[in-house]
Amino acid sequence: MIAELGLAALWLAAGLCVLQLFAGVLGARAGDDGVVSALTRPAAIVQGLVLLVSFACLLRVFAVTDLSVALVAANSHADKPLIYRISGAWGNHEGSMLLWVTILGLCSALVAAFERRMDDRFMKSMLAAQAFIGLGFIAFLLFSSNPFARLNPPADFGAGLNPLLQDIGLALHPPTLYLGYVGLSVAFSFVVAGLVTRQAGPELARVMRPWVLAAWIALTLGIAAGSYWAYYELGWGGWWFWDPVENASLMPWLAATALLHSVGVLAARDALRTWTIMLGVVAFSMSMVGTFLVRSGILTSVHAFAVDPERGGFILALLALYVGGAFALFALRAGALAEGKRFATISREGALVFNNVMLSAILAVVLLGTLYPLLAEAFGTRVSIGPPYYNPVTAVFAVPMLLVLLVGPMLRWKRDKLSRVRVPVALCVAILAAGLTVLVFFTEAGVLSTIGLALAAALALASWFPLRGRKLRRVPLALWGSMLAHFGIAVSLFGMASESAFSIERLVAVEAGDVVEVGPFTASLRAVEPVAGPNWSALQGDILVSRGGSETVLQPQARYFTEPAQNTSEAALLTRWDGQLYAILGDAAGEGRWQLRLWWKPFVTLIWYGALLIALGGLLSIFGHLRGSARSRKIREEVARRRAEKERRARA
Amino acid sequence: MIATGLAAIALAVAAPGAGQAVSSAPLANTQLADPQAEAQAQDLMEELRCLTCQSQSIADSNAPMAGDMRHQVRSRIAAGESPEEVRAWLVERYGDYITYRPGIGSATWPLYALPILFLLIALVVLVRRLGRNGE
Amino acid sequence: MKRLWLILPLALFAVFLGVAGYQLTQPKDEFVRSTMIGKPLPAFDLPGATDEAPRVASASFADGQPRLLNVWATWCVPCIAEAPQLEELAERGVPIVGVAIRDEPEAIARFLENYGNPYEVIARDDIAELQLGLGSSGIPETFVVDGDGIIRYQHIGDIRADDVDEIYAAWEDAR
Repeated sequence: MIAELGLAALWLAAGLCVLQLFAGVLGARAGDDGVVSALTRPAAIVQGLVLLVSFACLLRVFAVTDLSVALVAANSHADKPLIYRISGAWGNHEGSMLLWVTILGLCSALVAAFERRMDDRFMKSMLAAQAFIGLGFIAFLLFSSNPFARLNPPADFGAGLNPLLQDIGLALHPPTLYLGYVGLSVAFSFVVAGLVTRQAGPELARVMRPWVLAAWIALTLGIAAGSYWAYYELGWGGWWFWDPVENASLMPWLAATALLHSVGVLAARDALRTWTIMLGVVAFSMSMVGTFLVRSGILTSVHAFAVDPERGGFILALLALYVGGAFALFALRAGALAEGKRFATISREGALVFNNVMLSAILAVVLLGTLYPLLAEAFGTRVSIGPPYYNPVTAVFAVPMLLVLLVGPMLRWKRDKLSRVRVPVALCVAILAAGLTVLVFFTEAGVLSTIGLALAAALALASWFPLRGRKLRRVPLALWGSMLAHFGIAVSLFGMASESAFSIERLVAVEAGDVVEVGPFTASLRAVEPVAGPNWSALQGDILVSRGGSETVLQPQARYFTEPAQNTSEAALLTRWDGQLYAILGDAAGEGRWQLRLWWKPFVTLIWYGALLIALGGLLSIFGHLRGSARSRKIREEVARRRAEKERRARA
Repeated sequence: MIATGLAAIALAVAAPGAGQAVSSAPLANTQLADPQAEAQAQDLMEELRCLTCQSQSIADSNAPMAGDMRHQVRSRIAAGESPEEVRAWLVERYGDYITYRPGIGSATWPLYALPILFLLIALVVLVRRLGRNGE
Repeated sequence: MKRLWLILPLALFAVFLGVAGYQLTQPKDEFVRSTMIGKPLPAFDLPGATDEAPRVASASFADGQPRLLNVWATWCVPCIAEAPQLEELAERGVPIVGVAIRDEPEAIARFLENYGNPYEVIARDDIAELQLGLGSSGIPETFVVDGDGIIRYQHIGDIRADDVDEIYAAWEDAR
């Protein structure tokens, strides 16, 4: 019954989508103020709520493990802990698409309910674009991926959830990423409305900005969570492999980062109009391309799921429709947009243009590397592209970008002189030079890690330079946000470079009592014993680890899951302020010995702490801008009220 | 259920190395004594693709074939071959697919030519956009 | 000029759609093919099926007689499935050399007893050195090696009934 309710809600949402689209398109025509087009906003709000009902139904059938629903039978098992029974709802293709559509619907509803800054025609065009996107994905669900399909007769027991996915990080990772993708689709709909109604000025940028920021925060957190998951769950100590699926989430992030900076320029200075519009389309395209690559099975990956060419074809058709349509609209309309304001080379805008061009080039490299194997295969050869390609090639663009970032935020809008900021610039150069010298002469770090560490050190300081000459209590919240985010980049970069330069790996076959040195630690295996969990059993190593007199026990496991049958390796991590000790229990090596794999990874955790700081910075920015926008609205209203009063008095 | 699980573990422990379960090659999971040679081998292993896995290097994989490949890499480097000679030996057998560092060949040159093009485009855009100095 | 820039994203996207659409319609080929076809068999010297059996070496291949080189293992289920087809090829006069990967003499004896012995001789490759030397990435795989010791043909996966003629023809060609 619940499943049928969910399906009915989905159909109802499809109907509301059609209404919203129809009413919105009517309303987008100039001079229309008919009854039907007035339904655009209400339709969007109701549609969001109806989709929420549908998704709640899916959660319900998963929570109670209703095995007459095909999706539950294929992806869940009653023996799992409740949290993983629920997260199983989006740990599969159909459920995750429904979650995607639900978030999209809720975002449309939010825009429809609260966004009052733009005129009616613009808002109706925007909601029509949202409805057009939503309709495609709801149709996709209804016609090719129905999550509520019944199984007759019901299954006796469920097939279970891939044990690698039974993890709290991964339970939260997909919804976060979807929030990012959907946020970019909202920004995209704003851009489309801007093209349709020919408004591409600072107002467009201001309404887009919170959505771009929110999407970017979500993508940042989603990528960081995914990377940390891969780091501790896949059991080989790597945190990023430039895998196609990782790239699929990185590309929208790169585009969103560029977009968020160009939106800032458009909002503050009315420059970069065409460029911002184009980035808005590109950012959404990247999230669609990512979805396509992950779900069509066209590329092979550690993370791939729902491999199905028919679904791939459906998503490709949607991709062609939305992105092709948007680029066509862009080609037709963008030429007619008035060009924005001009600025000097040495100016805040100049630095941001540099950042945008470099980010776009990095995006192009990642896109090339991700799609190239596909292209090569069409010509009958197979190639592999991995870290040894991406790291140096992206660095060609990333290093100059980070160098400009040292100075850019200090510059004034429109026109500035480098001589004005020569003290901080000299300071940065000094740190860079000192850092490079120390690293080159006293360590064996590789070229890229060396540059990364020195840059991180300089940036950690430089990110706070915009405070110069400001009264601390009068620094705007949004500026705190941007400084914190740039500081987060420095922290993250430091973690990455340090991990790659100074990690120590020990691979040993030991018996109980043997002692191994790894970095500043001594580790000794005490025993290997079986243990049992709720839906798994495991062999657990008991390793006594000590450094400078303080002792800890690490317990890595080799787990054997029963539903479905699969083996996983559970790493044991010892986190200290200056890094992590990472331990893996391997196979039996004969004669009572066990394979142990131990890493000491100095400052590796900074990678994810940095990401948290970046996200926090984004959050501060959103609040800062929303507060600023509310304040300026209040001032405008106050001015209008006084003027009206004055006129009234004058008339009297 | 837990009992059967433990029984399964007992079986798994009782038969180490049986059949395909693990690679029995001596250097599959044993580091070379010379730290410099081991570092060279490790760097190379991280750049070679495990052919029976999806998107994993042989350094990261538990697959038996990856273990056998690690043995080849370590033993060849210990015997004095350079990492590039070992890579060439594998590429001769498996083609470009085996290495995550695409060389510059007939099938891979665009991977390096296009980024150079991107760099040129970036420079042109910057010069056009910023060169006119805002007047 | 400006127009051209505005159409560029659309054009690039169209190229992507074309390639992606084409690839979606293509059957996914997961096999990694050996690039050793046309090259000489790598040098090897491996123990025989039992510890007493004579060793098997690459030198014995360049004797003018083309052979099949079958990479297999007793623990590999598809290898059981291809056993009848190998038997048929052997009956048609094709000499077959087996390369048992990560295997034990007792297991090999048991396998041959259960599923038949089509092999002229068997080599044990405990650390897959010959397999890697051949550019083979899976088990089972079958190679045709001509009378000069040059690798001529690779078959990936188990030999099905309808593959037998093609493999026989490849062996004939190598004569």
